[in-house]
Amino acid sequence: MKNKKIINKILIAPYTIWMIGFIVIPLLFIIYYGFTTKRGDFTFNNVVDFFSLIHLKSFYLAIRLSLLSTIICVVLSYPLALIFREGNFSKKSFIIYVFILPMWMNSLLRIFAWLTLLEKKGVINLILSFFKLPNINIINTDAAIIFGMVYNFLPFMILPIYNSVMKIDENTINAALDLGASKVTTFFKIILPLSVPGMVSGITMVFIPALTTIVISKILGGGQVLLIGNVIEQEFIESSNWHLGSGLSIILILFIFITMALTSKYYDKEGGNFL
Amino acid sequence: MAKKLIDLVNISKSFDKDLIIDDLTLSIKENSFVTLLGPSGCGKTTILRIIGGFTSPDKGQVFFDGEDITNLSPNKRQLNTVFQKYALFPNMNVADNIAFGLRVKKKSESYIKDKIKYALKLVNLDGYENRQIDALSGGQQQRIAIARAIVNEPKVLLLDEPLGALDLKLRQEMQYELIRLKNELGITFIYVTHDQEEALTMSDTIVVMNQGYIQQMGTPEEIYNEPENAFVATFIGDSNILPGKMIEDYLVEILGSKFKCIDSGFGKNKLVDVVIRPEDVELVEKDSEKAILKGVMTHSIFKGEMYEMECKSNDGFEWLVHSTILKEPGTEVGIYVEPKNIQIMNKPQSEDEKALDVEELDE
Repeated sequence: MKNKKIINKILIAPYTIWMIGFIVIPLLFIIYYGFTTKRGDFTFNNVVDFFSLIHLKSFYLAIRLSLLSTIICVVLSYPLALIFREGNFSKKSFIIYVFILPMWMNSLLRIFAWLTLLEKKGVINLILSFFKLPNINIINTDAAIIFGMVYNFLPFMILPIYNSVMKIDENTINAALDLGASKVTTFFKIILPLSVPGMVSGITMVFIPALTTIVISKILGGGQVLLIGNVIEQEFIESSNWHLGSGLSIILILFIFITMALTSKYYDKEGGNFL
Repeated sequence: MAKKLIDLVNISKSFDKDLIIDDLTLSIKENSFVTLLGPSGCGKTTILRIIGGFTSPDKGQVFFDGEDITNLSPNKRQLNTVFQKYALFPNMNVADNIAFGLRVKKKSESYIKDKIKYALKLVNLDGYENRQIDALSGGQQQRIAIARAIVNEPKVLLLDEPLGALDLKLRQEMQYELIRLKNELGITFIYVTHDQEEALTMSDTIVVMNQGYIQQMGTPEEIYNEPENAFVATFIGDSNILPGKMIEDYLVEILGSKFKCIDSGFGKNKLVDVVIRPEDVELVEKDSEKAILKGVMTHSIFKGEMYEMECKSNDGFEWLVHSTILKEPGTEVGIYVEPKNIQIMNKPQSEDEKALDVEELDE
């Protein structure tokens, strides 16, 4: 018994050291910086500054774009999951892998690929010009960022929804039909409610990274679109104001915690560990 | 004479080129308790799914009350199913589960409430309306599944191995519950199982199936006492199956000895299969006048209500014997069988030989 405990402690040590060094201590630093001035005095100003008009604007924009992207991801993923459930494909898992294949590529590369596609003289416009069609001009706009977010985070939506829809027992659906329900009723009364946990974990896994993204908005927004993540980054790197950056981060982290707490009751009881 | 309710006519079905059901025809009468019995993979569940509308046959027709329903979708059929693992809706409580079919049919809420109460009483779960499904035991979930089906007042209830997931004691209890329910409701039950004891206990009619063919159809007594072929004899209970020769009417030669029997009409010197149930093998003193064969006991196991023993007769055949009187291994005994307990069967015909393959019975 005693030996086992010692072995457990040894085994858990590397991760504990990692966690303290790279998660706990940095977090403590953020809290320290967030509540102090440059001279080291205690202050609430950095945190309260989150609610200034200019910062709220970036925050609102970030929420708007990430919400839109999340909705688009749901709309793209759900029918796919249903088709997979109904259909008789022999290579279901292979097709799913094709959908999540982009996830195995570096995300920066993928975002730059979108840049090449959407640029004023990018691939899409070259093709449009070739067919004498009017060019599109969406680079450096909200639309480009949404494209980037959807493309980047779609696999994180597909997988949990696919899993929760596939997990519904065939006979549960047959039972609804057997009791006289039409296919539409069966969808709304049985399939949709039973896939809520998958949808919720998909939504959190798309919405939160999209909300806090820096890279997508920087590359596809060309510095024209400032999301809350970009604002924080600027404070840290360009203005070297770690105190304000930390203060904003604290509120953002709190916001994320609250969102997760609100959605946690819909989570899959089995944890939805699919990745 | 009850009238026919369901008619399956020349049904064939295959999955991925495997023929599951081959040209099957079956009539089910009103108010009967019909059991489709057979080993797994024999096509019994497929037949139930065809009747329920979840699978359509490749060939053949399904008639319900004289009406062709072969291509009718399941939600338009006047029958309800109790599924193998209950298939309750986990996102609803007990009352909403039971009310599902009635709400789809837009019945009034007061009617629904009465129905829920009535159905819960019928399955002995009064007051369970607001329980969550995952808070119920297997047996309770099973009862809710039955309640959910019967509130719709179907003419036929299809039950797909509904007791398979329950433990032995509960299974036996539920068997009596189901018989009671069937009598109270006065509707037709079509029951699928691989458990021969379940089939014998509950059914009016048993349809024994193997490899997509109906092997025998009859009352439990007929199936047990007069199996038509070696497959039925082996599948329903234990039995000794011996090769024999009908010397003439009422006399059969088994293992070189002559036994009196009560069968006739096979012709002279016809080769037959003989079934003798282990409880019908009488062990007598080796010098007794009754002894037709002589043998020596080889094994005995105490099984509770009786001893299961093996006796090797002088010609080398191992007889399975059930008796309440123990004969120790090594004892020399005589073997006698009452004429009425000797069941003569025709040898399987060549075209059905595959269907009679007894080796598929391992499960």
